[in-house]
Amino acid sequence: MSDIIIQASGLCKDYSGFPAVNGIDFVVKKAECFGILGPNGAGKTTTMNMVQGRSPLSGGELRVFGMDILEKPRRIKARMGVVPQENNLDPDLSVIENLRVYARYFDIPKKAALGKAENLLDFISLMDKKNEKITNLSGGMKRRLMVARALVNDPELIILDEPTTGLDPQARHLIWQKLRGLKKTGRTLALTTHNMEEAAQLCDRLVIMDNGKILDEGSPGELLKRHVRGSVFEFNTGTEGTDDVLSCLKTIDHEFETSGDTVFIYTNEAEAVLKQTSCFTGVGFVHRQATLEDVFLKLTGRELRE
Amino acid sequence: MIALLKLPRVGRRAFKVWQRNRDTWLKFYKASLVGNLAEPVLFLLAFGIGLSQFISDIEGVPYINYIAPGLMVAAVMNAATFECTFGAFTRMSAQKTYDAIIVTPVNIEEVAAGEILWGASKGFISAVVILAVLVPWGLASSPWLLLSPMLFILEGLMFASLSLIVTAFSPSYDYFAYYFSLVVSPMFFFSGVFFPLSALPEWVRTVSWFMPLSHAVKLSRGLASGNISTHLLLDAVWMVVFTFIASWLAIKLIKRRLIK
Repeated sequence: MSDIIIQASGLCKDYSGFPAVNGIDFVVKKAECFGILGPNGAGKTTTMNMVQGRSPLSGGELRVFGMDILEKPRRIKARMGVVPQENNLDPDLSVIENLRVYARYFDIPKKAALGKAENLLDFISLMDKKNEKITNLSGGMKRRLMVARALVNDPELIILDEPTTGLDPQARHLIWQKLRGLKKTGRTLALTTHNMEEAAQLCDRLVIMDNGKILDEGSPGELLKRHVRGSVFEFNTGTEGTDDVLSCLKTIDHEFETSGDTVFIYTNEAEAVLKQTSCFTGVGFVHRQATLEDVFLKLTGRELRE
Repeated sequence: MIALLKLPRVGRRAFKVWQRNRDTWLKFYKASLVGNLAEPVLFLLAFGIGLSQFISDIEGVPYINYIAPGLMVAAVMNAATFECTFGAFTRMSAQKTYDAIIVTPVNIEEVAAGEILWGASKGFISAVVILAVLVPWGLASSPWLLLSPMLFILEGLMFASLSLIVTAFSPSYDYFAYYFSLVVSPMFFFSGVFFPLSALPEWVRTVSWFMPLSHAVKLSRGLASGNISTHLLLDAVWMVVFTFIASWLAIKLIKRRLIK
């Protein structure tokens, strides 16, 4: 068996002439966590919908577990678990029934399904909510149950579309912890996110996507090294001071970027910058490590996405 | 157009969608059965007993006996229609249940087929409940009634499919008002449930031939009274053909709506 779980080549998706995904290539390997990063409307969800066999391709080829998604969707889906962006738990059923009924779609026998459901509730710490109505669960609980539901068929590949969007930090960290646990069991994870911390916490390898195309690919470390220097100064110049700061910055030979009332300097020589910018005394600034977010904003720009 | 003519990929997994709906129904089936029974019994009491004092026998039977078989098949229509409009639309849109199911080995065609089967089951249940009242009441007694469950199932499939077509086009719940007031209600009143169509002008009779319910009413009345003629076979064939086409379209149209 090959180590390649998902292979997309020249993958395209048009919505009445608009190219939502425009000829992308990527590979997801066994037991890795692969991330697709991108702003809203980049084509992340569309890509995942094609991988789930939910949306037919407009062009290119997509193989999952070595099989063509258009030819063997059932066999592929039987080995896959999906956590969509929007929760779609069954509100007509209780917590445990959600898992049992879902297991039935995978042909899991009744008894096995019950055992499985209880194990999963244990795994996501929802055993005490076993018979609760879905509407009585908090956002974090619903999301955990979504993750559990995606595991009923013991999937080799788990697809997560923005798994923690809208959750509070506690709930988010708990989900991350569970997902890392799943990775350790040898499962392959493919997720989309626009949360950089999530990408950094979970992904072994990621692609940054925008306007239906892949802009770059690599491990979080590689991407950082390739696109930004070690640390960042963020000068909050206020609405007044921008011109002064800019004229001062032109005298130093460091890469800088402005956005609204903030000036960013990416550098490997923090001390030198500190010295050279003595001219902006009185301007508030932050000095921090460069993160994936800097890479992301650099590649996809700072304009607002709707 | 070509996609519309291709055979829908429906397999045994449609049954799993049916099971999902059955499981949720079982949670409140008692209330549901009371609802199924209350309305037709009210009609029987109001029209059958109340009106019958002013109406002589129709086609040789007391008025209450005349309307009973029609009310049974009207109940099938109502239950299947309600299930596959409001019920199905809620599962498809608000609850996103279809989205959750189609990422499993169950495909969208099977989801639609399962919904039709379930809509038909709801229709079947509501008519059987009424039949269970009519027989001891003495309003239906022919041995041909043993065939009526088959009629209820066929009719249930027919109206479930038709309703699912409406759902596939519906942008919101409000849209169903058109279907109910322009299609379902006229059908209820002009399909021969309450009075013989022969009393109506020629053109109304022609229109009513195109109404699915009118064929079910004729069959139901035939089975309840034991007046079986070969004409009824034509009504059955009409329903089979209509159901085949409607279910095919419903499955294709739900797929077109969900798979983009």
